[in-house]
Amino acid sequence: MRVLKTVLVLAVFALATAFTINTTKKGYEVGDVVEDFSLKNIDGKNVSLKDFKKAKGVILVFTCNHCPYSKMYEERIIALDKKYKDLGYPVVAINPNDPIASPGDDFESMKKRAKEKGFTFPYLFDKGQTVYPKFGATRTPHVFILNKIKKKDMVVSYIGAIDNNARDASAVSEEYVADAIDTLLAGKKLTTTKTKAIGCSIKVQ
Amino acid sequence: MKKLNPFYLVVFMFLFSCGKEIKKEKQQNPTANIESNVAPVVKKETPLIATYDYNSLAPLLNKKGDKTYIVNFWATWCKPCVDELPAFEKINENFKDKNVEVLLVSLDFPNQVESQLLPFIKERNIKSEVVLFDDPNQNVWINKIDSTWTGALPATIIYTKDKRAFYEQSFDYDLLLKELQTFIK
Repeated sequence: MRVLKTVLVLAVFALATAFTINTTKKGYEVGDVVEDFSLKNIDGKNVSLKDFKKAKGVILVFTCNHCPYSKMYEERIIALDKKYKDLGYPVVAINPNDPIASPGDDFESMKKRAKEKGFTFPYLFDKGQTVYPKFGATRTPHVFILNKIKKKDMVVSYIGAIDNNARDASAVSEEYVADAIDTLLAGKKLTTTKTKAIGCSIKVQ
Repeated sequence: MKKLNPFYLVVFMFLFSCGKEIKKEKQQNPTANIESNVAPVVKKETPLIATYDYNSLAPLLNKKGDKTYIVNFWATWCKPCVDELPAFEKINENFKDKNVEVLLVSLDFPNQVESQLLPFIKERNIKSEVVLFDDPNQNVWINKIDSTWTGALPATIIYTKDKRAFYEQSFDYDLLLKELQTFIK
C-alpha cells in the first residue's frame, strides 16, 4: 500500500512537472499554424500574410539594422528573396527591436538601410513588439519558414539560421533555408527543421 | 519489512562514511585543484589573445575544482553585453579571493580583435580573464554548451563541480550576486 502511495505521488508530481513545462512553452513550434499579423512596411503600407495570395509560403526573417550578424546576412537574404520569390516563397523581414532600447533600429533608419542595401522584400516594423513574442523569436537574424497548407493556413516548417557560416559566405557548407525551400518545392518532408546560430538578442525597454 | 531495517542502516552508514572520507581527502590535497586549472594542451596561444574552438573551450566550461565558475559569453558589438560587463567585473573583484572565478568568453570577430576587442579590454581596464572563442560551427556547439540556448547574446553559465545553471539573459550586479549566492555554500 505504501509503495502504491509513493508511486501515485511520484506520478502526480511527474504530471504536474510535465504540465508546467508545457504551459511555459514560448512561441510557435514547427507544425504550428501562424496567426496573421498586420505590420507597417517601410513604404508606409501595412503588410499581412494573407496579402501573399499566390505564394506557397513565406521566408519570414526577424532582422534589424544595427546587429552585425544581421548585416552579414543582408546580401544573402536579398539573394534568397530574388531566387525564391518567383518560385512561391518570398522573403518578409521584420525588425522586432524597440527603437529606444536599440538606437539605429527606428522606422526612419529602417527605410534608409533598405534603400542603401537595395532590399527587394518588405521590411516591417514590429511596433509595440506584439508579433515577435508569438513566434518566440529571440535573436536577429532568426528565420521562420512558413508553408501554406489548404491554400490558407501558414504553418511553421523551419526555425533557425540561414546557413552554417555567418562570417564567411564562401565557407558555407549547409544552406539551411535554401535547402528547406528546395525540399518543400520538391514536395518532400523536411529533415532539418531546427538549427541554431549566434545573434543579437531582441532589444526591449 | 521491519526486520530488514538494520541492514539498510548499516549500508547507509557505510555509504555515508565513505562520502565523508572522500571529501576529507580532497580538502587535504590542494594539488587536485591546481591540476584542474592547467590550460589544455590544445589551447592555441596567439601573441594577441588566447583563441579557442569548441573542443578546446569545453574544458573551461567544465572545470572540476572546488570553485564557483562564472562564464559570460559576450562581444564588444553586443550592447547589452557591454552594459552588463561592469557587473561581472565587480563580482570578479569582490569574489576572486572567495573561490569564484570569472571568465569572459568573447565572440568578437577575429578580424576585429586588434581594432575592437584589445582596445576595449585596455580602455575599460578589464581585470577578469578574457578569451576569444572562434568556431563557425554554431549549430553544433550552441546545443553542446546548453540545449536551451537559442543563440542570443549575452549568455552566462554559473557552475560548480556539482551544480550548473545557464542564463540567456542580461544581468545587473544585484541579480548576478543573487544567482551566485545560490552556488556559494
